[in-house]
Amino acid sequence: MSLNAVIAANRFGFGARPGDLTRVAQDPKAWLVSQIGQSRATSINSDGLLSSAQAFEALQTYQQARAAQQRAAASPSPAVSVDERVRLADLVNQTTGREIEARIQHAVTTTAPFAERWVQFWSNHFTMAARNVQTTPFPGSFEREAIRPYVWGRFEELLVKADTHVGMLIYLDQAQSIGPNSQAAQNQQGRRRAAGLNENLAREILELHTLGADGGYSQADVTEFARALTGWTVAGPRLRRLAQDAKIGTTIFVPALHEPGARVVLGKSFPPAGENQALAILSHLARQPSVAKRIAFKVAQHFVADDPPQALVARLEASFRQSGGDLAALAKTLIQSPEAWAPEASKFKTPNDFLISTMRASGATAASMQALRATFEQLGQTPWRAPSPKGWPDVASEWAAPDAILKRIDWANLAADVIGETFQPIAFAESALGPALTDKTRIAISRAQTARQGIVLALMSPEFQRR
Amino acid sequence: MTNRRTLLTSGLSGLSLAMLGGTASFAQAETGSGKFVFIILRGAMDGLTAVVPYNDPAYRSFRGTIALDGPGGPNGTLPLVDGFGLHPALKEMHGMWQTGQMSFMHAAASPYRERSHFDAQDLLEAGTAQLTSVRSGWMNRALAMLPSGPTQEGVAIGRTIPLVLRGPAKATSWAPPLAPESDGDTLARLSDLYAGDAMLSNALAMAIETDRIADGGTMISGDTGRGRQGAYAPLASAAARILAAPGGPAGAVLSFEGWDTHANQGGAQGQLANRLEALDNAIKAMRVGLGPVWANTTIVIATEFGRTVRVNGTGGTDHGTGGVSFLLGGAVKGGRMLGDWPGLSRLFEDRDLVPANDVRQLFAQGLTNAWGLDRQAVLSRVFTA
Repeated sequence: MSLNAVIAANRFGFGARPGDLTRVAQDPKAWLVSQIGQSRATSINSDGLLSSAQAFEALQTYQQARAAQQRAAASPSPAVSVDERVRLADLVNQTTGREIEARIQHAVTTTAPFAERWVQFWSNHFTMAARNVQTTPFPGSFEREAIRPYVWGRFEELLVKADTHVGMLIYLDQAQSIGPNSQAAQNQQGRRRAAGLNENLAREILELHTLGADGGYSQADVTEFARALTGWTVAGPRLRRLAQDAKIGTTIFVPALHEPGARVVLGKSFPPAGENQALAILSHLARQPSVAKRIAFKVAQHFVADDPPQALVARLEASFRQSGGDLAALAKTLIQSPEAWAPEASKFKTPNDFLISTMRASGATAASMQALRATFEQLGQTPWRAPSPKGWPDVASEWAAPDAILKRIDWANLAADVIGETFQPIAFAESALGPALTDKTRIAISRAQTARQGIVLALMSPEFQRR
Repeated sequence: MTNRRTLLTSGLSGLSLAMLGGTASFAQAETGSGKFVFIILRGAMDGLTAVVPYNDPAYRSFRGTIALDGPGGPNGTLPLVDGFGLHPALKEMHGMWQTGQMSFMHAAASPYRERSHFDAQDLLEAGTAQLTSVRSGWMNRALAMLPSGPTQEGVAIGRTIPLVLRGPAKATSWAPPLAPESDGDTLARLSDLYAGDAMLSNALAMAIETDRIADGGTMISGDTGRGRQGAYAPLASAAARILAAPGGPAGAVLSFEGWDTHANQGGAQGQLANRLEALDNAIKAMRVGLGPVWANTTIVIATEFGRTVRVNGTGGTDHGTGGVSFLLGGAVKGGRMLGDWPGLSRLFEDRDLVPANDVRQLFAQGLTNAWGLDRQAVLSRVFTA
């Protein structure tokens, strides 16, 4: 078996399930290319999961119940019982829990692990994280509705879908942003709480989703873009007057909230065009050379090396530019790049990928995913809980802290008990690592005192921790 | 298949009479009335340090710096039968010896003749003549012979059920509620494995140092610091509680790890002595925890294989063959050495203590003693391929 089978499974995917390496070895590159395509990325089982509109309604109900209860706190007969509130809060929490389990389960069992890595890369690029009660119900539906269906299309389309999704509009405060000279703001003048412009989404699109912090934009660009984005919001109870026909919990453009006038972003003027003004700016941003460069670097860094080879970045950048941001073409270029197949495994797995690859190697099925959620938290990477819109870090120095290594070892001890019920340590290491298993690790495993210790050594070996 | 099975069974029963002098010396119990505990010392305990053949003329030259003395010497052992001394750390067990509640079998081994810990542990637990695809353990098969009822059950102290307790009969497991920490030995092995990986080796070295400081400067390996290794007694107490409860299970399995002493194993004191002391403390905890149930309890202590007769270049011993096993408990009429002593003048493959005695004889004896099972039935139905 060639090393390329292991590289395809580990570096491009989430690691081998038992038997995977033999299958992949027939043609590792073809195996990867075959995963490119809409259906593989969207094949996640969403039974019992809420759409973003359903999640929005559930959240509204919960918040209204809570507000009603607070108002009635002093009253002898509260309008909403504590039980009812607990039930609603549970509903919101369960929604989140099921989303996380479904995502882990999919990554552990999928036969298209490269497609899933590609999805998770873009989901992290367009981070929409749970950070409070308002955002908690949405990351799952965000990923299923705004990321998965578009990861093999053009970057511009993905950018628009992600940044106009209900979840993102709430997460980056766009849902509350109102043009200072909009019709709604005029009507509102003199009221106690005049709403206004919120620049958060505009800033993060420029800094994180497109150009990058050093991408050559100014504060004026941020403000202008934020003005253009006004009107893009979420249909909720407060907008009932302005958008009567809108379905609750969906993205809408409300002309009454939109800042009138032309906008200048990156030196280019965008005439008044209602909702299309912001879309035109997004389209312009997607075509900037700095975007091609930045995406190329991020993809190379994510899949190949913390400090990726310049030739690889250049090749990806050219692919992105020449294809007009075709993400399927970008993935193919990555697969065809010799630098991506360098024998040295230099990427250190994130906790997420370490856990998923361990579960895959153990042949795990759906049963135990609930217990795993707590482990993701303990190892510092709960799905969709990235600490900021910047997303999870993608370099080893952020993940290989001494305490983090120790936590991995401790968890490996637990996992090894379960794995040891079906695997002998050497057989486990060979099944997961194939020819990447070094003699040194093989000897260490064979000398272990117990089967569990042998499996811990396999899981914590450099070749399993890296890819 | 049939032939091999027949051979094994008859071979075992043939040996048993010669080795053990029959079953008459053991307390007879009604079927199913007693408690049986199996303690696995994982990692291969050095039998020649646990039970020292101090009169064997070759012992001292083979053992060099890690040799112990006969009773009364400066590194003196505790007296057993003439010529054999128990390691001084095993005080509780020696007390049992003195009151006739313990026997030992030297040069004991399963039929395994290679030197892999896992395969050896598997065969020790399977109780078969060789490794097969049948994944059940001898203790479970013995449990299945008990009258059905709530006590026809085994409990494993740990997060999973080891092979010895897997099979058709009911088995449960109990683990301490604390999240397990990786032990010092595993960390040391990972440190070696990370030698060529600067990032991982630096991170692990810092983690170990931090942990050492957090523990108030005690060492990370050995009895203190991170480790399941030193924590045998709490597990034994837990097992005792579960066994002694009304309607509690008939049997328990405990795994004590950390016996793979390739370097600096020490003699009367040191790394291995600490392990033995922890084992002795666990036996004491078991006796105290069982209270009146102790009188009906039979314990077997075994390890997957012995260690090399010669001390190696790093003050330790390597994987060997013949080792030591113990049979003890309130239900045991002991105070004797079981089986043959092959001596050290001739070694197995010129390195190991000759495996003169099949350790499954001791297992069968323990099961018969604890549960009143018919010895022939145990030999034919439990210890077959």
